[in-house]
Amino acid sequence: MNGPAVIDLSGKIVVVTGASRGIGRAIVESFCESGATCVILDILEEAGRQTAMELNAQGKKVDFLPLDVSDHSDVKKAFTEIFSKYGRVDVLVNDAGVTLPTPFAECDENDWERVIGINLKGCFNTCNAVFPEMIKNGSGKIINIASIAGKLGGGFRGTAIYAASKAGVIGLTKGLAREGGPSGINANAVCPGVISTVMGNSIPEEQKKLIIEGTPLKRYGEPREIADVVVFLASDMAGHVTGEIFDVDGGIVRD
Amino acid sequence: MKFDFNGKNVLVTGAAQGIGRSIALTLASCGANIAIIDMNVEGAGETKAEIEKSGGKSMVFKADVSKLEMVQEVIAEVEASWGSIDILVNNAGIVSPKPFLETTQEEWDKIMAVNLKGVYNTCFAALPGMIGRKYGKIVNIASIAGKKGGGFFGNTIYGTSKAGVIALTKGIAREAGPYGINANAICPGPIETNMLSGCSKENRERILQGVPLKKFGQPQDIANMVLFLASDFASHVTGEITDVDGGIMRDN
Repeated sequence: MNGPAVIDLSGKIVVVTGASRGIGRAIVESFCESGATCVILDILEEAGRQTAMELNAQGKKVDFLPLDVSDHSDVKKAFTEIFSKYGRVDVLVNDAGVTLPTPFAECDENDWERVIGINLKGCFNTCNAVFPEMIKNGSGKIINIASIAGKLGGGFRGTAIYAASKAGVIGLTKGLAREGGPSGINANAVCPGVISTVMGNSIPEEQKKLIIEGTPLKRYGEPREIADVVVFLASDMAGHVTGEIFDVDGGIVRD
Repeated sequence: MKFDFNGKNVLVTGAAQGIGRSIALTLASCGANIAIIDMNVEGAGETKAEIEKSGGKSMVFKADVSKLEMVQEVIAEVEASWGSIDILVNNAGIVSPKPFLETTQEEWDKIMAVNLKGVYNTCFAALPGMIGRKYGKIVNIASIAGKKGGGFFGNTIYGTSKAGVIALTKGIAREAGPYGINANAICPGPIETNMLSGCSKENRERILQGVPLKKFGQPQDIANMVLFLASDFASHVTGEITDVDGGIMRDN
């Protein structure tokens, strides 16, 4: 019998988009606690630098690069920089995303371009930048933060366009699992339910009550509860898990 | 991330061999006390001996999971000795490779009794204690056969029983969630166990064609997922049906 199970990611290079705050930041903190080196990519430059500085002050190995994930050539440049500095990317976590509370009847083309551009194309851009290298290395872990909105067609905070972007992320993840599997790449998605973040807390009070009613665990999730699932999926303990869409939603969806 | 189950009491069904034994040993290596229900007491005894050799605590009960009274007695005894059952892992199960029209009513009854009613029985007996203590983790081993209607090893009846386990898991997640209890299921794909060893080389290769990771799972892969779902790292995960299948299903 082996010793107690420990996830030790010392020496691993982990890139997390949208990690200056909220769920993304919690993901970085959880990875750091398992010994990984993290690179934060975020369009929020000030918040990103601040987060990196705070975590560095705690002795964590965290780097920051400002980036708009929806810009294909900027993403390519950012990853060229990461590859030249760190040599490789072991884990890619796509967390960057925006919500859109606008009812569909009031949405225009700009709304579509913006939400799909960041939530779905952003995911494509980063995966496109790391996938060839991961295939070459014969290993790699991709974890995409989708949403239960991608399964339910939105509802709580996201609307139809948000849901479409997240459903796209789910499809992309499954495709990457199928194509990357033979090269030892695991690709999985995590679907948060309603989480206590700036996004989650912006929901009107009476709607919050309804949400809790429909949540078997009768509470919101915490960013850390998403983060710990992500770290597990990035570990070799989950080496046989791929193409899995993992709900972390207190039991809302049960699909 | 360190998995610490010191002081946690676990009941695992079907831990005499294969996946169940791996689950028992993995949880024990992280400090959990392991009670085992199995009809194969010799195999279960070996699992227990291995746990004790490493300084762990274990008990073995010879009981048929399909008999509610027997299960209730076992659970009462574990609760009396250790004070609680914190984690319940339903792994006991039987397969049948027969085509549907070659099966008999007796086979239907037997497979449903062990694979589905067995899970009902342990949950029915262990939940009142968990609800009273407002803490409990239930992890049921279903199968991708429960989503696909059988296929690789399981036949239609086996798939039906495992589909039942999936719905039972979701129902318990819904009803017991308000008491802080998490209920999840794992759907293994083909795993390297005795079940697979009877498979021809040709069949193995045919199966692997449909597996993105191009390998069979190991019992340890399932045990790792049990460990995670039973831990407080998965505290917001409930009603989740998790495939550990190398990417075969890629469903919800």
